[in-house]
Formats: sequence, structure tokens, C-alpha cells
Amino acid sequence: MPPAGVQTPAERMVVEPVLDDQKPKQKTVHVSEPEEFEQAPLLIALVAYLNLALLVVFGYIRDFMRMFGYECTVGAKEWGNEGFPPLYHEFESFYHRNVYHRGSKLTAAPLAGVPGAEIDIIDREWGDASLSSFKLSDKKRRYLNVGSYNYLGFAQNEGYCSHQTVKEIRGNGCGLASPRKELGTHEIHRQLETLVAQFVGKESALVFGMGFATNSLNLPALVDEGCLLISDSLNHSCIILGARLSGAKIAVFKHNDVEDLERVLKRHIVMGQTRTRRPWRKILICVEGLYSMEGTLCNLPAIVELKKKYKAYLFIDEAHSIGAMGERGRGVSEHFGVDTADIDIMMGTFSKSFGACGGYIASSKDTIAHLKRESHAHTYASPMSPPVARQIIASMSLIRDSEDGKKRLRQLADNVTYFRNELRKRGYIIYGDSHSPVIPVILFTLANICAFAKECLNRGLATVIVAFPATTMLGARARFCVSASHTREHIDRVLTILEELDPMINLKMSANRPGSAFLDFWRHFFTRPKVPTRAVDEAS
Amino acid sequence: MDGSDYSWAAKAGDVFHSYYEIPFYHLIVELALVLFIIKILMSKSTGSPGDETPLTEKEMQKLIAEWTPEPLVPAGAADTEPPVPVITSKVGKYVTVNGKECLNLATMNFLGMIGKEEIEDAAVASVQKYGVGSCGPRGFYGTIDVHLLLEEKLAKYMECEEAIIYSYGFATVASAIPAYSKRGDIIFCDKEVCYAIQKGILASRSTVFYYNHNDLDHLVELLEKQAVEDRKNPKKARVTNRFLVTEGLFVNTGQITNLPRLIELKQKYKFRIFLDESYSFGVLGECGRGLTEYYNVDRRNVDMIVGSMEFSLGSVGGFACGSSFVIRHQRLAGQGYVFSASLPPLHASMVIKAMDYFDKDLFSKLINNCKIAHEALEAIDTITVTADPLSPMKHIRLIENNSEEALREICNLARDNNLAITVASYTSTEIFKKEPSIRLTVNTELTEEEICSSVKLIEEVIHQYTSPSQDISEDS
Repeated sequence: MPPAGVQTPAERMVVEPVLDDQKPKQKTVHVSEPEEFEQAPLLIALVAYLNLALLVVFGYIRDFMRMFGYECTVGAKEWGNEGFPPLYHEFESFYHRNVYHRGSKLTAAPLAGVPGAEIDIIDREWGDASLSSFKLSDKKRRYLNVGSYNYLGFAQNEGYCSHQTVKEIRGNGCGLASPRKELGTHEIHRQLETLVAQFVGKESALVFGMGFATNSLNLPALVDEGCLLISDSLNHSCIILGARLSGAKIAVFKHNDVEDLERVLKRHIVMGQTRTRRPWRKILICVEGLYSMEGTLCNLPAIVELKKKYKAYLFIDEAHSIGAMGERGRGVSEHFGVDTADIDIMMGTFSKSFGACGGYIASSKDTIAHLKRESHAHTYASPMSPPVARQIIASMSLIRDSEDGKKRLRQLADNVTYFRNELRKRGYIIYGDSHSPVIPVILFTLANICAFAKECLNRGLATVIVAFPATTMLGARARFCVSASHTREHIDRVLTILEELDPMINLKMSANRPGSAFLDFWRHFFTRPKVPTRAVDEAS
Repeated sequence: MDGSDYSWAAKAGDVFHSYYEIPFYHLIVELALVLFIIKILMSKSTGSPGDETPLTEKEMQKLIAEWTPEPLVPAGAADTEPPVPVITSKVGKYVTVNGKECLNLATMNFLGMIGKEEIEDAAVASVQKYGVGSCGPRGFYGTIDVHLLLEEKLAKYMECEEAIIYSYGFATVASAIPAYSKRGDIIFCDKEVCYAIQKGILASRSTVFYYNHNDLDHLVELLEKQAVEDRKNPKKARVTNRFLVTEGLFVNTGQITNLPRLIELKQKYKFRIFLDESYSFGVLGECGRGLTEYYNVDRRNVDMIVGSMEFSLGSVGGFACGSSFVIRHQRLAGQGYVFSASLPPLHASMVIKAMDYFDKDLFSKLINNCKIAHEALEAIDTITVTADPLSPMKHIRLIENNSEEALREICNLARDNNLAITVASYTSTEIFKKEPSIRLTVNTELTEEEICSSVKLIEEVIHQYTSPSQDISEDS
């Protein structure tokens, strides 16, 4: 049963939405920072390529030995389809069998509880040397978690949000079993939609049960044949999928490169549609607010300017930035002080900052009405379940109205600033905006990130490692996601562990690290110049 | 000797000497040819005639200024927005729609799992242990122990090697298809498949052949046609994968696929079968295992079974199961699995609990109710019923003047009389246009009397809707 006496002020705010009168007196507006993507020193780059080449060579040797049964087989055999064409492409299965498989102990660790600041990971008992199956053991260990997207610390099993959710389960159940357009629109969806529209600062909003599907199933309702969709080169796969499903022509511009975006816009408007040479019906620019692999923020002020100049429409995916960026958690538009009226479609997800799941699209009344008619997710897919919607309403109203929410935002911002400054000062190569809670530490080589993850786990630190194909060949990285639930001690512990590991794995690779004379000597020979920072329009 | 004196040097001399014997005009012609070739090589390639002179900056600015895009969405969409019924209660046997308590024959809660207190208890316990969201994709600390337990339970129940769960029913089949079928591969597909399959096929960029609904002779025809093509180019055929994607129980028609015949064809034409059992899992078969159990065929003949946890299981999400060889690939290649936040643990816990209620009596009760409803509906002479008698979804269409507006009006009238039914919704982008229909659903919670009285009510409501208009036409 839900404990009695749950605070109600925030709830009241939801039922009777108040006008946004809580804007801070002095608005802090940030300008887009020039980006630095420091490249690998030459020596490291060589080692990284050698590393890959070795993996491939050893892969072939092992495959050769497998042919004669001297090496354990990885993966199962197909049953009963003799004479069929092979289901998988040769290279793909080679990569899985010989490269990816080596890291399988380091990924997808099963959690035994809340994905909060500290997590319990259950030990896995691996079936055999091929690591193809495992059992959960009884043992679990406690880790410090810097891997979950729990920016504001709403991944909680107690407190206001949790109580509200439990109440909702008792009140409205957990399933609807009918699409929104048929008999799946619950009162709570409307409540949530009103709140979201108000929170992000648009006329109207629509919520969906899955963040990934929000992009991939709504973009086709916005653009189709004869339209142009201009996408950032590092956009998330759901945007790419949505673009592909829409049938619109897709053009790509270099990640966050406003000049390239302008070139693409200009060229396409002038040239018209590819084959028919007719003018485009409409052009939609798709960018993300905060890129989850790079930690970069889109250069929103400049993109809005371009969008106006070239009469394009702007779609911004705030999956990671909503809640996490801006003084009041309203995302990148607030961070840069951009008027939300200038952004045509604002999309975001609830699975990160709000500790729930699902996504929203906020836009003008007309757009939302159109989506209600044509959105694939609205028409065919199941709606967001009531407890999830309640969790979002509870956490969003806490961010908006309560002192607790403000404290979380402040804590997150403090943690980000402290952690980023410390990392930079100590000579790690990190990417991204200085306000971004996603902090990739670039380690360049596959062997390095695997060793890094393993050693971190040994020291009680749960991190995320990413490598090819999710990044470039040389872009292997460890990624930290800072949360408001982290304390200063947590962050210090992460830093201590990194310091411990540096001599072992060579983590500090920045050209401007404080180093020994010996290192300085080598740096002269093996450091490539930094990529020239792009001239970014600093005028806001 | 003469022969040995005629050395290689002399031979070379002969060749050299022969140049002197070439007529002079020959040399001139050859020289001209060489110069001509050089000229062709040196000249810039010109594209289409229009591109010869590049546009000046001014011209470009003019073109840009002239361009007027269409509005993002048709203007005035908000003014013509049709009202949507809003629920304000649990969606169990009864549901409160627009403030009116109705008997629920609209949602696909076939087994009445939504609203079961024990399942809610499991959800509550889950929230109190894990919180709501998982805050990450499965690969990045988004795997919770209940996900693994659920996968194991599903695999065990379906008697398969492995199962994989997705956080959204729609995304399951839509991600699973492009994980295997790539550009150049061939998919054979029923014309009436659900929208998620259509999108999955589109995402895969494979070549697709649609056969007439449940018409396997037409499928054979298409397969034969392809076999002829393959014989022409055997090298390509050896690396072209063929897939057959179909639904076990079609949500759009309520019909059942003839699986045994498909399996016969499978070995002959060498295609893999992906069976979407979103609506038949937990419905067909003695223990609700779906079509394979209903026909009693070896489940291994179906390469992948995709199911949903949103209908008979009353939760959220979807799953795919089959051999490890097939399923494991999705853990790296299933887009909706890899790139999306994982299923909220509370929904996983609910499914684990709900599966404990699966028993033979429950499924026989459902099938019995489906048959009763079918019989009762067939007796009404103003409508046609499209569905298998065993299907819990019945499509109802008016024999005369069937239109979406009419059906909507009938639903509204039924709702006024405390019965919730709904029109099946489609978008304008369906590959094959759908005839509007009311999709009536049957569940285990209903008694025989309730089904019969509901059908009777529908008949009355249809009469009420059609007769006033007849009166008017008679008057005029």
C-alpha cells in the first residue's frame, strides 16, 4: 500500500498548471563552445591499428584451429536448414566471434536493484570458455555507477515519485492493451501531455511508450517523398531509421559543423530534388541537443539562424539534454537562451533524466493534431502505461516546482563542472561541452578500453566502454555519465581510481597533460597537432 | 650456316627497317589519331548541358529567396481533430470511457491479466525494489535480473533455446526483420500483415513480394517465379537469403495462417520463416504457445517466433524466441534492443507473474468465448464478420454503406449504452488500403450472457443508426 501522507504541493501544481512565473531574475545564457576533438598521438594511433590488425590475424588463426577442432566454438549451430544460404554475412560473424566476443564479460552486467549512484551487480557464472551462456550466481557486489543515464537521480525505489507510481498502479493498473487512437488514451496521458508542453515551452505535446519509437515512427509522418531531411552525421540510430522509413531524401552534414550545414542547405535548395530537379517540398533539419557518444551540444543559436535564413524546419532530439541541461532543466534551448518558438519540433525521452521510459514530441497545435492522425506509434503501438506516466509527472513537477528538484539540478551542474575540470587538469582527453553530463574519456585502442573496464570493475567502478562500430576505428572510449545522485566523494573516488590505473593503462594522453621530461621529449616526436578548432559563431 | 646467321639482331633490324616501308600518309593518319585521343583525355568532362556554367552567388541567392516550402503539416489540422474517447479507470473487464462505465469489448486484454491484483502486487514490489526506469540500454547497465529471468521463463515456456525481450511490442518485429534481412535479400509476405511488419520490411531495404491474404497458392506462384530467376543467376542465388514473414493470427483480419503448408514449402524453396505471434501467443494452442502448438508442428521449423507482452500478458514490451543461433544475433543487431532503454523492470515482473496464470482451462475458456461471440455475430444480418471462429478479434463491417464515420457513430451509440467497442485505426500510409471495420475483442472475463447481450446491443445500435436515415430517405 502507498504510505499515507505523501507530499501534495507538487501534485497540485500538476492538476492546476501554473503559469511559468518562476523564471530566474538573471538568465544565464551560454554560447556555443568551440569544440576540441583532440586526436591520438601518432604512436598511439599506430598501436591502435596494430591492435586491430592483430585481433584480425588471431581471429583467422583461431578460425583455422576451429576447423580442426583445436579451439572452442563460439555460438550455436543452425538446426535443420541444410542447403540454405548462410544467414549471416561472413565478416559480421567473424567480428562477433573473434572481436566482440572477447568483451562479452564486460558488457550487459545484470543489476540486482535500482540503477542509482551505487549498484549491485550479480556475478555471472559462465557456462564454458566460449562465454556463450551464463547463469546468475547468488553473489553480488556493490559498484559505484557512472554508466547509467540517471542524470537527475530519479532512478529511485523510494520517495515521492515511487509512492506516486505505486498509487497509480493501484488506481489505474499497468496496461492498456489498445493503441492510443482506438481505446488507449487515458486521462493520465492528457495530464502528462499538458505538463510536458508547458515544461518545454510549446503549445502542445504527444507522448509515446518508447523513446526510440518516438523518432523512428514519427519522422515518417512529418516528411515523405519530395522532402529533404538534413541530419547530423552523429545522430542516433532511431533518427536515421525514422529518416529511412520516411522515404525523404537524406543529406548529412559534418557533426555540429554549422558551415557545412549551410553548404548542404544552399546546395540542395539551389539544385532542387535529385532526379526531377523540382524544388523540395520542405526541408527538415534533424539534430540532437546533446550527443550521447561525444558529449557535445548542438550549436543551437547558429542552427536556428540558418534555419530561419533558409526557411527550413528544425527538429531537435533532446533525449539526453532535457532535464539535464539548462538552469531549470529545460534542455539546450534554455542553456543557449534560444526561444522555443524558433524550434519547430522538440522531441525528447523520459528514460534518462526522469527515470522512466518513453518519449514525447512537443510542437504547435497543428503539428500535434496532424501527428495524432498520422503518427505510426499513436495509431498502432501500445501507449505508455499509467505508472510510467505517473513517474514522469511526479519527477517533472519536482524539477519544475520543488526545492528538491532545484537541488538536483544544482548538484548535477556542480558535479559536471568539478569532474570535467579535474579530468582536463590531469591530462585526460575528454570531449564535449563543459556543461555536458556525458563525459567520454578517449582511450583510442580496443585493448585499452577492455583493460580499463576490467580494472575498473575490479576496483568497484562500473563504467561504460564504447568501440567500433559505435565509434570510429580510433575512437574507442570510456564514457562517464554524471548524476545528481553522485556526491563529491563519489566523483573523487572515480578520480582516484583513474589515477591508479593511469600508470598501468596509460589513460592520460592529452598533449597538454602535466608530464615528465621523458614524456615531453617523446611528445615532440609523436604528437600530432590538434585539429584546428572550428570557428564557431560566438554571437548568440 | 644461313639459318644460324639469321640472329635476333637481324630480326630486330628487319622490324626496324619495315618502318621505312610504311607509306607516309599512314604516319600522318596515326599522328592525327594520337593527337585526337590526347585532346579527348585533356578536355574536361561536361555533365548535362544545363550544368555548363556554374551559378553565380547572386543567382543562388535569388533561387533561395524564391523557394517557398510547404507548411510542415497541413494548416488547420487542429481544428478538425476528431474527439478521442478518454479512459479514466483501469482497463479491465469494465472500463470508464468519457465518464461512462462500459463493458469492455475493445481492448486486447484477451486473458484478463490487466486488473489482476496479484499481478499489480508484483508490479508494486518491483517498483519498490528497482524503481521505474532502467536508465540505460541493455548493454550499458540497463540489464536487470528480472529481464534475464523473464527471458529464461519465456524460452522455457516456448520450449526454445533462447528468448530476447524488447521494451516495445511494435519495435520487436520491426527490429527483428532488418537484423537478418538485408539489401538484396528477398522477403515473401502476406498482404494483410500488421503495420509493424511492413515497417520492418521497409527498414530492411530487402526486395519484398506480397502474396494475397492467406493464399498459399499465390505464394507458390511467386516462389516459382523467383526459382526461375535463381536458376538464371545461381551465383547470386547462393548468397541471397529468402524469408517468409507472416502473422500467426492476423490483427487486420482475424484469420489464422496455414503453418503446416508453409513448413512444407520451406524446405522445398529454402526460405526461413519468421512468425509474428503478437496476437496468437497466449491465445491459440492448448497451453497458449501459439500457432505451432495449435497445429502441433515442431517449433524448430519456425526460425523465429515473435510475440507481444502487450495483449494476452497485459503488460508492455515484446519478445522473440527461437534457436540461439538465430536469436543471439539480435543482441548486437536488433536496433530496438541495442539502442533503446530496456524494459522497465515493473513490466518484466508483471509478465513473470502473469505467465503463472497460463493454464489449459484459461485458454479453452477464451476459445469457447470466441466461438460464442462468432456464432452470435454471424446471426446478425446487417453486418459481415471477418475472423476465424477461434480468433478473439472480430472485424465487423456494415453490409450497406460501410464507412468509418458510420462505424464511429455506432461505437459512440454503443458507448452511450455502456458497451465499449472501437473502430480499428489505420494511417493513410498502409501499403494496401484497409476497409474500415469495428474490431471487437473477446476476453476470458466475459460470461456467455454478457457476450450474447453485447452482441444483441450491437445489433440494436446498428439498427438505431441505420433506420433513422432510412426514414428520412423514405420521407424524401
